[in-house]
Amino acid sequence: MTLAARTIIPGEGTGEALTLTAPLSLWGGVDPVTGTIVAGHHPERGVVLTGRVLLIERLVGSSSSAAIMLELIRNCTAPAAVVLGSVDAILAIGALVGTALDYSAPPIVLLEPWPTHPPQGQLRVTAEGPAHSQALINATPD
Amino acid sequence: MVDLTDQQRAVADGGSGKGAAMAMRLVADAAVILGAPRLVPVESAHIDGCLYHGDGGTEFAETLVAGGARVRVPATLNIGSLDLLNPAQVRLPPHERKMALRLMRAYEHLGCRATWTCAPYQNGHRPGVGAQVAWGESNAVVFVNSVLGARTNRYGDYLDIACAIAGAAPDYGLHRTAARRATIALAVTAPDHVLADDATWPALGAILGRRAGSTIAAINGVTAHATEDRLKALGATAASVGEVALFHVVGVTPEAPTLAAACQDAPPETIIPVTEADILAAMASLSNAPRAAVTAVAIGSPHCSLGEIDALVTALDGRQVALPFYVNTSRDVVTALESDGRRAVLDAAGITIVADTCIVATPIIDGDGVLMTNSGKFAHYAPGNINHGVVFAALSDCVARAVQP
Repeated sequence: MTLAARTIIPGEGTGEALTLTAPLSLWGGVDPVTGTIVAGHHPERGVVLTGRVLLIERLVGSSSSAAIMLELIRNCTAPAAVVLGSVDAILAIGALVGTALDYSAPPIVLLEPWPTHPPQGQLRVTAEGPAHSQALINATPD
Repeated sequence: MVDLTDQQRAVADGGSGKGAAMAMRLVADAAVILGAPRLVPVESAHIDGCLYHGDGGTEFAETLVAGGARVRVPATLNIGSLDLLNPAQVRLPPHERKMALRLMRAYEHLGCRATWTCAPYQNGHRPGVGAQVAWGESNAVVFVNSVLGARTNRYGDYLDIACAIAGAAPDYGLHRTAARRATIALAVTAPDHVLADDATWPALGAILGRRAGSTIAAINGVTAHATEDRLKALGATAASVGEVALFHVVGVTPEAPTLAAACQDAPPETIIPVTEADILAAMASLSNAPRAAVTAVAIGSPHCSLGEIDALVTALDGRQVALPFYVNTSRDVVTALESDGRRAVLDAAGITIVADTCIVATPIIDGDGVLMTNSGKFAHYAPGNINHGVVFAALSDCVARAVQP
């Protein structure tokens, strides 16, 4: 299975899919030290997103989510890749700053339209540069 | 690709040093992602990135400083994580305290003005109608766009200082005239005594935030009662509850002398009626705890203006508070209060002044409890940020509760 997507932040990442079933704000919603979702009442509260291919249809507000993305990158607790259902410059800016400071940032890609059944299992996200280039989401055998 | 000018390209290539290059490249890369074809020069900036969220922010700012970066345009600073006028009242652990202070100092070294306030527009920083600016912090953005008629998007951490150093921002969104058009109207029909109640304005902000989101709305029917402090409260609540970055008030704000002007001559797609019942329901929705359980009172989100401090002094009427009562404001306001004796009046009443920061952004209030406030923004953030229940009420009610023995 291969899905076509669009690059927001280039790079490559492989990991087990983690689809969030409700919108999430990284700021206030994720602990950057442990990579754990801490948002109250969130369906995936308690899940660790480190090393996962994170699929989020919609992020919520706060421009300070860029700071949380940067902390995840610095702490090596970031997801392996991020798949978004709508463009979010805030997350991207956190990744851009991480790269500018010589850390390794996960690729971020735009998947439109959002699939009714997001992919599961081991995924590889390959996002060519620059932004708006083609990106691919491949299911890989375990 | 984004179309940089020769000067911008030279900066991106390192011609003005590594720090300036990092900033310009960040602005250019953000522009590509945001779909902006070019950058627009800005005449000022307001920076939110000086609030500590982790060591990465400090590393970023210090890297810019070490790379010789300086802001090209006047840039004010939003709150930090410390009250530098009264450091002991912020209870941060030693590492976070050290890094938060280094962060604040780094932004000063970049040439920003150490205003440390979320109300720069009432502390000497007031761009004019049509001015292109790069501002951060959701309440400052909505105020400068809506009340002053300047033009900015919601520039968040890192991009705000990058725009200030580059002297330019991605040319998209609210920098463009067509994008500032109101497409929905809020038709407010409420009696004068309701509109004259200060508590109505955060309630209107909650309604605006929930109903409009990031859509641009024109509010009709409140012309006679819209003061600057009331619009400040409305905008701050709207920007917290929803993604509101710009609203128009017919007959009041610069781009809305008429509804037609606010809508740029296209009729609004939706007209949302807002009645007294809607306002009262919105007011109630900002509370989630009983008045009897209140353990502390806080005002000043956004930071109190001198006029709002005067209203507090009048409401206190010489009495003392029996509960912790926090007044959050700017150091410039504190200086003014100290110079004319009003600080002494507040001290005698038992009021606690918080400057440079605020009670939901950094640990000042101990433990859990119930916060009473006249601020829709405090009501929105207190539960998640400081684990407090909230009671929303007008200033006079907050004071009445606070002075109860």
